[in-house]
Amino acid sequence: MSTAPRLTALDATHRSLGATMTDFAGWDMPLRYGSEREEHTAVRTKAGLFDLSHMGEITVTGPEAVRFLDYALVGNISTVGNGRARYTMICREDGGILDDLIVYRLGETEAPEYMVVANASNAQVVLDALTERVAGFDAEVRDDRDAYALLAVQGPESGGILAKLTDADLDGLKYYAGLPGTVAGAPALIARTGYTGEDGFELFLKPEHAEGVWQALTEAGADAGLVPCGLSCRDTLRLEAGMPLYGHELTTGLTPFDAGLGRVVKFEKTTNEGRFVGREALEKAAERAEAAPPRKLVGLIAEGRRVPRAGMSVVVAGEVVGEVTSGAPSPTLGKPIAMAYVDAAHAQAGTAGVGIDIRGTHEPYEVVALPFYKREK
Amino acid sequence: MSNPQELRYSKEHEWLSAVEDGVATIGITEFAANALGDVVYAQLPEVGDTVTAGETCGELESTKSVSDLFSPVTGEVVAANQDVVDDPSLVNSAPFEGGWLFKVRVAEEPKDLLSAAEYTELSGN
Repeated sequence: MSTAPRLTALDATHRSLGATMTDFAGWDMPLRYGSEREEHTAVRTKAGLFDLSHMGEITVTGPEAVRFLDYALVGNISTVGNGRARYTMICREDGGILDDLIVYRLGETEAPEYMVVANASNAQVVLDALTERVAGFDAEVRDDRDAYALLAVQGPESGGILAKLTDADLDGLKYYAGLPGTVAGAPALIARTGYTGEDGFELFLKPEHAEGVWQALTEAGADAGLVPCGLSCRDTLRLEAGMPLYGHELTTGLTPFDAGLGRVVKFEKTTNEGRFVGREALEKAAERAEAAPPRKLVGLIAEGRRVPRAGMSVVVAGEVVGEVTSGAPSPTLGKPIAMAYVDAAHAQAGTAGVGIDIRGTHEPYEVVALPFYKREK
Repeated sequence: MSNPQELRYSKEHEWLSAVEDGVATIGITEFAANALGDVVYAQLPEVGDTVTAGETCGELESTKSVSDLFSPVTGEVVAANQDVVDDPSLVNSAPFEGGWLFKVRVAEEPKDLLSAAEYTELSGN
């Protein structure tokens, strides 16, 4: 097996733009083009353009595609309308989270087709699990990772910019919905999804069209202040928006209930007599969470300027009461922020005396409810 | 990116000004600032501290990581740049000028400080 990093269809573009590249899940991806803070601010106030081609697309087709997905995933896929998307998870038999996913329904009932989008770092794990779980169902799981490039336009100006390049009805496209169309002449699945806390669109394209669409978006967005954005600002944007990241807030060691995302688990499914992978363990996890609240995912805002990092301890009066899962300086708040799992006793917003152990110093932090940032609608 | 000719450099990517009245100014290079990304927090040595060549004397924190700050020379700190403490982005925007970090009354300097040409070759920039 080759250890050479995988390159997206836009690799030459990133290099010509002077991007600082980084290895991410085996892909050579742009970390930032210039200042990650300026990229972050552009997405909050204008627009940013991302290459997310490392995400893993898996297509599920066949007469029993819905029944299969209801069995393989924790969500109720039966209720996803055509052209809509659903945030869901795939869990192990023991309830541990294998990945969080977005499932898009792309076809009518007669020819059901679903696209499952997995995190880059878990794409193979999800593909393997779905391939194993499809046995006995009249459905097909297809690895489409190489079939798509994925661009995202995010930020308040994104709709206006994209409208210049497509006839698709963007106004009629709801959040968490997708429709087929063309962008700058290239066929695309246009989805109103994202990971930044802003309005925005994700464009699934054939890789050979990625370069042309990137250039067209760059030109269409020039007057509106669109800038290319890397993975560094994507992380601070999603952190401010309180969105979990696999490997940080979500792991195989946690069930959705432990992660405070029990709402994605649907026990009331009617397909497969209600059976789905992980059901028994997740029912127990739900009871446990009810009886004895697990550590709760909270937001922490620094009073000082030192930046918390994943793995640092949350402390109260010298006792460890939690652990930071993500931390960064927040460009929007102007202060360091963190997400952390904290014992229920200290998880209430406004709880006093909470600190983070930053290289031996207990820096004071304020407990707040997530998210840190919510856009005005 | 160019490294000013009149400065000398350490392998740890600090620069050192010419010594005037026994005092030299110290900062990090543009190469180092770019590698760090946006600097958001600077802990600098305090006036009166003794710093030792090649040893940690503070830290620079960027969006993604925290890095130790080393002193390229040994001596007593006579100034720390409060402007950088207040606005750490100066390290990125003006690494060789307004983004200087501290000044040292030089007691001893190592023999292996680099010229601009040598540092440019080392850093590939």
